[in-house]
Amino acid sequence: MEARLRVDWIRCDGYGLCGDFVPEVIDLDEWRYPIIDPRPIDGELLHAAQRAVDCCPMKALILESAPSESRRRR
Amino acid sequence: MPTPDPTQRLLAGPPLDGNPERLDAHLTRLGALPSADNHLDLISSLEASGLLGRGGAGFPVGRKWRALAERKSGTAVVVVNGAEGEPASAKDRILMAHRPHLVVDGASLAAEAVGADEIIFYVGREHAAAVAAMGRAIDERRAEVRQAMRLVTAPVGYVAGEASAAVHYLNSGDARPTTTPPRVSSSGVHGRPTLLQNVESLAYAALIARFGDRWYRSAGRLDSRGTALITVSGAARRPGVMEIELGTTVGEIAAAAGTTAPRVQAVVLGGYFGTWARVDDAWGLPLDPDAMKPKGLTFGCGIVGLLPTELCGVSATAEIMAFMATESAGQCGPCVFGLRAIGAATHRVANGAAGGGELGDIERWVSQIPGRGACRHPDGAMQLMASALEVFGDEFIHHARTGRCSITGSRGEAA
Repeated sequence: MEARLRVDWIRCDGYGLCGDFVPEVIDLDEWRYPIIDPRPIDGELLHAAQRAVDCCPMKALILESAPSESRRRR
Repeated sequence: MPTPDPTQRLLAGPPLDGNPERLDAHLTRLGALPSADNHLDLISSLEASGLLGRGGAGFPVGRKWRALAERKSGTAVVVVNGAEGEPASAKDRILMAHRPHLVVDGASLAAEAVGADEIIFYVGREHAAAVAAMGRAIDERRAEVRQAMRLVTAPVGYVAGEASAAVHYLNSGDARPTTTPPRVSSSGVHGRPTLLQNVESLAYAALIARFGDRWYRSAGRLDSRGTALITVSGAARRPGVMEIELGTTVGEIAAAAGTTAPRVQAVVLGGYFGTWARVDDAWGLPLDPDAMKPKGLTFGCGIVGLLPTELCGVSATAEIMAFMATESAGQCGPCVFGLRAIGAATHRVANGAAGGGELGDIERWVSQIPGRGACRHPDGAMQLMASALEVFGDEFIHHARTGRCSITGSRGEAA
């Protein structure tokens, strides 16, 4: 299975824990808001990504199976 | 009698003198609205016309109506978007204030075509003449239009006219965008399928219903067919709203507005979410969505902003960025902090107070911020900023290095 991370930007408050959990996929900007690598995630990283989702204090991080809606739109 | 100008369609008729065209005059001039019984024919005709939405995004109108008409369930709602929060635009308020019945025509056709039982006219509350004209036109049409109609004034604000923000306001009084999906087309006003369409698009639909798609397509010089309302501002003797044949060049529009190329340094196209273009590139440019797109330019909501030669493009951009930062709905971090930071950095560069890192930071934010918000407000702001770096790149560097403006010669524009 391949998946992608998506952020609910209205919920996200910039705690930045996600970037600490999966730095391979999530970079943080200077305000600790995530910058997500758009490439699909699989294998080992999927577990780390799921952990980042589970630990988001705002429940603002979403793991969805690829292709994401945004990819289909383009 | 003089031959009517075939490119004057929405603005044909009585002069734009602040008085709305009344119902009897509207009917005498254009005839009754054809019955919408064959609504699939109307949708096909809109598709054939090539009419694009005129709120900014340019989505094909016929396709939007068809998608809603072919939904599986639910009674729809039509939202007529006349919020017009874009400060450089005046075409929607001019249209509503002078041709309100064309807007009601288009709204009622849309409601019949997509199966809606309610029409909400969402009109910017600061556009007093438009609010008054639309209110009266709606009252005059209640006996004839089958849907419930109401006028809701939109709060002042750039983002209040964004689709999800408009629906959010109508549902809960909060004019901030919401996370999509769900889209308003599936879950909008009262959670029902909602067609949200700009007033100009609806007015054109009312003319296409009367005169047909071939009539609409008979204007247009290049691939994009038809006509459009635009707003000209800046270095012109006669700024304001015009109706143009698509494909008309920026230079012709500027001439009609009473200016010449030597008076103009650059042109902002589309809106504050649009793009800057150098005067040399812009002058021969046809205002045609199909022709503009491959060049990375946007027709948007039809803004042609003429920056005079004696003003500084860096300062003009700094003002726009400060405005866009202020107008953030304040919900999404990258927009709140990013636009504020880019506005402040651009302001420091413009005022000769740059510390050295600003240009690098601005370039990084331009690439990092887009796509990271509930709505596309930050994306639009960054598109404008990216085009400013291209068009005024040398001037940005000159400001940052010397602290001076090579156009005004000043150190610190705002001082």
